[in-house]
Amino acid sequence: MASTVAVENLNPKVLKCEYAVRGEIVIHAQRLQQQLQTQPGSLPFDEILYCNIGNPQSLGQQPVTFFREVLALCDHPYLLQRDEIKSLFSADSISRAKQILALIPGKATGAYSHSQGIKGLRDTIAAGITSRDGFPANADDIFLTDGASPGVHLMMQLLIRNEKDGILVPIPQYPLYSASIALHGGALVPYYLNESTGWGLEISDVKKQLEDARSKGIDVRALVVINPGNPTGQVLAEENQYDIVKFCKNEGLVLLADEVYQENIYVDNKKFHSFKKIVRSLGYGEEDLPLVSYQSVSKGYYGECGKRGGYMEITGFSAPVREQIYKIASVNLCSNISGQILASLIMNPPKAGDESYASYKAEKDGIIASLTRRAKVRRSLEDAFNKLDGITCNEAEGAMYLFPQLSLPQKAIEAAKVANKAPDAFYALCLLESTGIVVVPGSGFGQVPGTWHFRCTILPQEEKIPAIISRFKVFHEAFMVEYHE
Amino acid sequence: MGRKGLDYEDLNENVKKVQYAVRGELYLRASELQKEGKRIIFTNVGNPHALGQKPLTFPRQVVALCQAPFLLDDPNVGLIFPADAIARAKHYLAMAPGGLGAYSDSRGIPGVRKEVAEFIRRRDGYPSDPELIYLTDGASKGVMQMLNAIIRNGRDGILVPVPQYPLYSAAISLFGGSLVPYYLDEEANWGLDLVNTRQSVAAARSNGITVRAMVIINPGNPTGQCLSEANLREILNFCYQENLVLLADEVYQQNVYQDERPFISARKVLFDMGGPISREVQLISFHTVSKGYWGECGQRGGYFEMTNIPPKTVDEIYKVASIALSPNVPGQIFMGLMMNPPKPGDISYLKFATESKSILDSLRRRAQIMTDGFNSCRNVVCNFTEGAMYSFPQIRLPQRAMDTARSAGKEPDVFYCLKLLEATGISTVPGSGFGQKEGVFHLRTTILPAEEDMPAIMSSFKKFNDSFMEQYQDYSKL
Repeated sequence: MASTVAVENLNPKVLKCEYAVRGEIVIHAQRLQQQLQTQPGSLPFDEILYCNIGNPQSLGQQPVTFFREVLALCDHPYLLQRDEIKSLFSADSISRAKQILALIPGKATGAYSHSQGIKGLRDTIAAGITSRDGFPANADDIFLTDGASPGVHLMMQLLIRNEKDGILVPIPQYPLYSASIALHGGALVPYYLNESTGWGLEISDVKKQLEDARSKGIDVRALVVINPGNPTGQVLAEENQYDIVKFCKNEGLVLLADEVYQENIYVDNKKFHSFKKIVRSLGYGEEDLPLVSYQSVSKGYYGECGKRGGYMEITGFSAPVREQIYKIASVNLCSNISGQILASLIMNPPKAGDESYASYKAEKDGIIASLTRRAKVRRSLEDAFNKLDGITCNEAEGAMYLFPQLSLPQKAIEAAKVANKAPDAFYALCLLESTGIVVVPGSGFGQVPGTWHFRCTILPQEEKIPAIISRFKVFHEAFMVEYHE
Repeated sequence: MGRKGLDYEDLNENVKKVQYAVRGELYLRASELQKEGKRIIFTNVGNPHALGQKPLTFPRQVVALCQAPFLLDDPNVGLIFPADAIARAKHYLAMAPGGLGAYSDSRGIPGVRKEVAEFIRRRDGYPSDPELIYLTDGASKGVMQMLNAIIRNGRDGILVPVPQYPLYSAAISLFGGSLVPYYLDEEANWGLDLVNTRQSVAAARSNGITVRAMVIINPGNPTGQCLSEANLREILNFCYQENLVLLADEVYQQNVYQDERPFISARKVLFDMGGPISREVQLISFHTVSKGYWGECGQRGGYFEMTNIPPKTVDEIYKVASIALSPNVPGQIFMGLMMNPPKPGDISYLKFATESKSILDSLRRRAQIMTDGFNSCRNVVCNFTEGAMYSFPQIRLPQRAMDTARSAGKEPDVFYCLKLLEATGISTVPGSGFGQKEGVFHLRTTILPAEEDMPAIMSSFKKFNDSFMEQYQDYSKL
């Protein structure tokens, strides 16, 4: 009896899609981790160091206390009736929880909400966006989702009709985009970021790629921009952003702005400007440019990945299109309520004068400073990578990653071929097996053909960084000697 | 150049085809009326807490402690949290390195999946492998992942019961597949009619459709019927003969209101059958924290369990799960708690058992109240709600009502439900949202309004219905 669901007859789009962030290398790392538990001492290292994924709290980053206080009270509202909580929770977390519960019909945090998310929370988020940008935001434009990723899938689903519909995606990119485009059967139209100019975006390059795609019969529907960039970390200059917006308007493209790292910027000469602000600063209104802006609770200084909280703000879409977006969102009923509450908290954190402000600010500043140190300072990873022969590494202006380039000797490239792996995947595997350090090969993100990279997070605890650096150095130098021409 | 950004015409056709009546026209109209100040009773979706059902205490205590672990360090925590909730919070925090704020394994926290496997083993008497249990943000996401993996193109058909919960029809539309209906027999309390099912499959095949999978919803939604063991054997044999994956939506397994047909899982029956069939029929079983007596819809906690799925297929499903990184961790903890609730002897057991029993007993009473209430109305016939959370009465609309509806551009049941909404504030979902036999109309309501509100709601309905029937009476029949 033939197996009805076997790889041979699965949806080919599922077979085609890839997601290296939790791909082969990571699965191997998990096996090695188990081996360390069952056979301690059997490997040349004591622990696996996961530098593959932007998952700050798994590596010791602490959650912001105020947010957790509010969430706990909303999880178990009965607590608000007990006097004892005054000694356990800050007064403003208690009042914020009460205020949030009042926004929820029946204070029922276990009920499905409106499919766009609880109205009062969307009002809070809209106010936060308005205050951030200086231009008004509307609660009706906001869709709360289980993390930002479902919002990306939704737009790909909406936009991609067949394999001739193309989406412009930066290379290198966060592979949710390539995976989502593959899953929905579309065409990824790459535009290459320029490594020699700090991963700069040249509109003329984007235009060339667009025209090239069109000449091949691809109907290019949208442009994805990740700002700050992942894996590349660059923060777009404001002028660049104006060019991008004008380009999208002229070419009739939907602008998909992934802004999940908006609170992760480590350089003084760059600031985050939301694309919404840029669009409105140019005087463009609802008729001019369809824009989807994504934000998440997973990154920033809050790092609440496990909560699956996020939203997309959609502007510049006609009513019939908005109805379709709502309809698709409604099939899933709603996103998790706790995540919705958290999204409203990050967009409306404690302010000066609030009881929790001082401790909140201290926690936030501490986390940002630590992220900055890990990305930048002398003994930092970036510096360490640049000091090694055969590795160069651009500055991480923002986000949570380093994306060094490897100059791999020909012998290494040949060894990789024999092992049936991309050269950077081969390198990453060797790195894992000698040191326990888990990175993601650059081929998982896309890169200029013939160049090799890997993505490493800046998230391991500061105390661990010197050990990571020294282990990495030992491995790399040995690798380069072994595969010396 | 000024090419227009994104017009309705340029959207993915599959998206446009999707319909999901549960939050469709009636719900939107009800929300409009609510904004205008009208009192609305939302019975359009199985959302117990929205209608006053209280969350169980123990899970909320545990999750609150996990959410704010600093509480565990406070010497006063024992004043407001029982010791077993404190211990359980520590148990889950130990399983989740990084706590609630870290992405977990893409399949869900291994320790929670072990708890799910243990629950399944206790329930069915057969071991279950945690590696084949994936936690998801609600069961719906799991259903969508599976259907997306199975459907290659428009010639791939999925057998779906009619009436069905329209997640299935929506997902099939979205993924460009073919819905192959099998009609449940209303005269036989929405029983399975395998003859009809075989005919459906034959008809689909003669149209070039490859039927890949069969969906069963047990207990049924919207219909509430509970499948017997014999039914399940029939279905499993059928899937074996016809080479179909069985997708068993068992989210209402704790909602059973009669004693003749208790819940039996498809997996248990499969293994009871033994032999080659038990090793070869491919089965995916779905469950959730949203229903039962927990009703924690807003947490988005669910799982699917794979049985007899080839390893390479499991790898592909794992790959797709990993793109979403991980299901939400609090929802996973709710699932762990549901699978591994307080036991006799635990400090919180008595309260937990009392709260649970009270909800289940009340649901059972409300199922009866509603069925009887509908049956007392003119031109309304209602099968008993054996399980799940809904009542699905048949409304026998007079010809004049149907004609009036159609000339207003509406399906007759939509027309009826809109009038019901406007007259009484009761927000239901027309039967056409779930599928029904041609010319036979229904509506779906939930049995979830508070027990004390039920008599008033049923009498309000009866008043509206009987006067509607009077108004549209077929005079030729007098």
